[in-house]
Amino acid sequence: MTLRLFLHAIGFNRGFGRSWLLAGFVFLYLPMAALVVYSFNASPLQAAWGGFSLRWYRDLAHDEQLVSGLWLSLRIAFYTGLASVVLGVLAAFTLVKYRRFMGRTMFTGMVNAPLVMPEVIIGLSLLLMLVTVQRLQVGGKELGFPERGLVTIWMGHTLVGLAYATVVVQARLQELNKDLEEAATILGARPIQVFFLITLPLIFNSLVSAFLLTFTLSLDDVVLSAFLSGPGATTLPLVIFSRARLGMRPEVNAVATIIIGVVSAGVVAGSLIIARNERLRAAEIAAAQRA
Amino acid sequence: MSHRPLATSFFDRMHAHPLFRRHGRKAVIVVPYFWLVVFFLLPFFIILRISLTDMEGVVIQPLLSYRDGIATLAVNLSHYLFILRDELYSLTYLSSLKYAAITTFWCLFIGYPFAYFMARARPSAQPGLLMMVMLPFWTSFLLRVYAWKGLLTEGGWVARALVAVHLDDVLARLDLIPAPGLFMNTPFSLVIGMVYTYLPFMILPLYATLSKMDLRLLEAAADLGATPWVGFWKVTVPLSKAGIIAGSMLVFIPCIGEYVIPELLGGPRTLMIGRVLWDEFFSNNDWPMASAVAVVVILLIIVPLALFNKYQAEATEVRT
Amino acid sequence: MSPAPAATAYLQITDVVKDFGGGSPAVNHVSLDIQQGEIFALLGSSGCGKTTLLRMLAGFEVPTQGTIVLDGQNLAGLPPYLRPINMMFQSYALFPHLTVWENVAFGLKREGMPKANIAERVEAMLKLVQLQKYGKRKPHQLSGGQQQRVALARSLAKRPQLMLLDEPLGALDKKLREETQIELANIIREVGVTCVMVTHDQEEAMTMATRIAVMSEGKILQVGTPGDIYETPATRFVADFIGSVNLMDGKVVVDEPDFVEIDCGFCRHRVGHGITGNVGMEVAVAVRPEKIHLSRTRPDGDVNHVKGTVRDRSYFGSFTVYILEIEGGRRLKVSESNVDRHRSDTPAAGDVAWATWPDTAQVVLTQ
Repeated sequence: MTLRLFLHAIGFNRGFGRSWLLAGFVFLYLPMAALVVYSFNASPLQAAWGGFSLRWYRDLAHDEQLVSGLWLSLRIAFYTGLASVVLGVLAAFTLVKYRRFMGRTMFTGMVNAPLVMPEVIIGLSLLLMLVTVQRLQVGGKELGFPERGLVTIWMGHTLVGLAYATVVVQARLQELNKDLEEAATILGARPIQVFFLITLPLIFNSLVSAFLLTFTLSLDDVVLSAFLSGPGATTLPLVIFSRARLGMRPEVNAVATIIIGVVSAGVVAGSLIIARNERLRAAEIAAAQRA
Repeated sequence: MSHRPLATSFFDRMHAHPLFRRHGRKAVIVVPYFWLVVFFLLPFFIILRISLTDMEGVVIQPLLSYRDGIATLAVNLSHYLFILRDELYSLTYLSSLKYAAITTFWCLFIGYPFAYFMARARPSAQPGLLMMVMLPFWTSFLLRVYAWKGLLTEGGWVARALVAVHLDDVLARLDLIPAPGLFMNTPFSLVIGMVYTYLPFMILPLYATLSKMDLRLLEAAADLGATPWVGFWKVTVPLSKAGIIAGSMLVFIPCIGEYVIPELLGGPRTLMIGRVLWDEFFSNNDWPMASAVAVVVILLIIVPLALFNKYQAEATEVRT
Repeated sequence: MSPAPAATAYLQITDVVKDFGGGSPAVNHVSLDIQQGEIFALLGSSGCGKTTLLRMLAGFEVPTQGTIVLDGQNLAGLPPYLRPINMMFQSYALFPHLTVWENVAFGLKREGMPKANIAERVEAMLKLVQLQKYGKRKPHQLSGGQQQRVALARSLAKRPQLMLLDEPLGALDKKLREETQIELANIIREVGVTCVMVTHDQEEAMTMATRIAVMSEGKILQVGTPGDIYETPATRFVADFIGSVNLMDGKVVVDEPDFVEIDCGFCRHRVGHGITGNVGMEVAVAVRPEKIHLSRTRPDGDVNHVKGTVRDRSYFGSFTVYILEIEGGRRLKVSESNVDRHRSDTPAAGDVAWATWPDTAQVVLTQ
């Protein structure tokens, strides 16, 4: 009885909620803070603080492996983002508009599965398929395509990206007032025109979100890249991973801090802009109601 | 009333023709469908096939061969038999399931109250809170897991803090770490790493469900005499069931096959099937074996996968 | 009475059926002839098929059977974007990312109208709905009533041959609804476009439409002017659906060419006109509450009155509704206009009173 009262008291006490949230955020941000702090450590040893220094940042510019890895990763991420959004829009459309077609359940299953499927499985199966295709005998010679490298990594990333992009775009498509598309149609717009003039502008924000999401996931991917890369195609995460396995490396901290800085700036800026637009819009709606 | 002749150009009539409309629709469906069949479905059939053969050097033996009028189907079950008989494999599969379950539990334990308090916070504060949860998600997960290495090695912030409060003795006694002070490459570090990485995946669907809940239902329950505690268990939790399932599946299934975190934080004592698969492929270069391991993992996750798929289909059902 | 039908109606709906496959068809063999310039209302409760019928006119649904012909042109096979028809949606469906001006111009641009003409037409439309100064605003910067006017301007911009209205006033609150009803009907009449509207609100149908079709379960029960429908309902369902009515079952006892008498047991009706039928026929007599008068004194004669006790009295300001309990526990609803400001002899709850009505008040129903 007393336990119940006790739990009841702490369960719905304002302070308890706030502490739980605070503890959770500390947990989430602690590693990031550590990365940032130690990136300025003059000493390469994690355990000892050798004073403030920027040497690891200076070294970064000369680290060929890291720089070329970054460049490759950015390119792959960009193409992944593009392909994922295009495929994601098509898939989302299919799921929302076309309620009955042959193989719909299988389609839904295939679109959702990459969201949770362990990457080692996807990586292995995709690689073996690509190798099988490579080794196909065409006219007495091996096909040789696709060569492992940027293209194959892109294929794997897009597969997973497609799943994420579909979720994002689908959510927005469903929210859309169905009347809008019918109104455009009865006003004389053909289906393609409806898509480009009405649907696309209204879901545009979700397309941007989907692009950023899949871009980030691709930039960060280790396992798929490892399975699908070829000679000379070492992405940034692969470089970091191989170094990280060996131990703590301060230049990795420097990279991390830069990434954290860029991402944070982007996320915060994005959130502020969205919040500001929301407020403006709400004010306009309220003003119109009063008029 | 002006009598307008209907504007029917050839283009219009073409669009209006039922055949064209069907084809337009087909084009939209076919493209993603094709990508998925080629890059998702087909590979599974291929690893199934490879798992049933053997490798000689770099050449995969054929399943079906034909010579001198005799067609031979050679299905090699040796890899599967090996998996079944070898203790280490069974232990590893079980161990992977165990760690996935533990991670899911802790994510739920930490994440549910977190999402709950977020959803009940001031509406003006919620977008900010959401952004703060999303921010770590957007920054590289590899780097954050790598950061835990630093935090848990001797002299790292968390390591020092745990030793200071003597929590390491408790952990050692629970056999989560081999000896007080040694936090890295232990079950403890692995679980921390996994919970840390997958926590946002649990929080987000929970928050989505909880924030959509109609608070008036709780008011109604209170009117009928329910205490907040009862209201929580009998109203809030059942209503958030969809979010709990989604979040749990988003954590549990990928954790089973997780590779990076066990590799960086797990150490030799933690058996995870993702690492086994990786080693079979990269170190042993034994493709059929790796494929067989993969096929068994797929069999293991088919049920939770179906559950997740069902939830996704329901969640995205168009409400007419 | 209804206007004399033209030789061929402007909009001919012939034996249209729409079957979605779930039991009975949503639209069940409906035929309607609608004249040019009419405002025709499809009235019924939800699920009666009126919206499905409207969507078939628009082209969003394809009839399972039957034909739809507009101004001599069969609409079969024509997708919505090729029909000379426009629609106003209940949710207005204004494009949120376009300004008011662009919304109204949308259909004209699709038509390929030259820019100068578009500008002219849009200005004219905005003037029609009195929103000339709002061209640059976006829909979310407008009030509900303003949004509706933009929706109207947009659907009239292309000068369609037929305009469809889907619950046009459903989204407005009561006060706004009354004002808008009249305004909307005026604009439509001014423009002269033929209109088919769908509604579940009788008041809306009665005030705005020139003719009404009452629908139930996919079928048309009655077509007629608002007056026809109200004063001469064809079936019990229609009588009960529109407004309030007292329905009394009885048997014809006297059948003369210019009057009949019907015995309902607790009262006896004398109806001042002949009916098709004979003595002994089972009928229902419908009397509207406003046709009945309450008095404290017993009226003369033995027809068209009944005695009862006032069980309830509700004061509505301009009229009062009484519930009179009569023999057998039956209740009669009576509505009296409050013509005098302070009548002192109005019956109160518990009083005994007589309800009387003239012999022109009844409608005799056989269905």
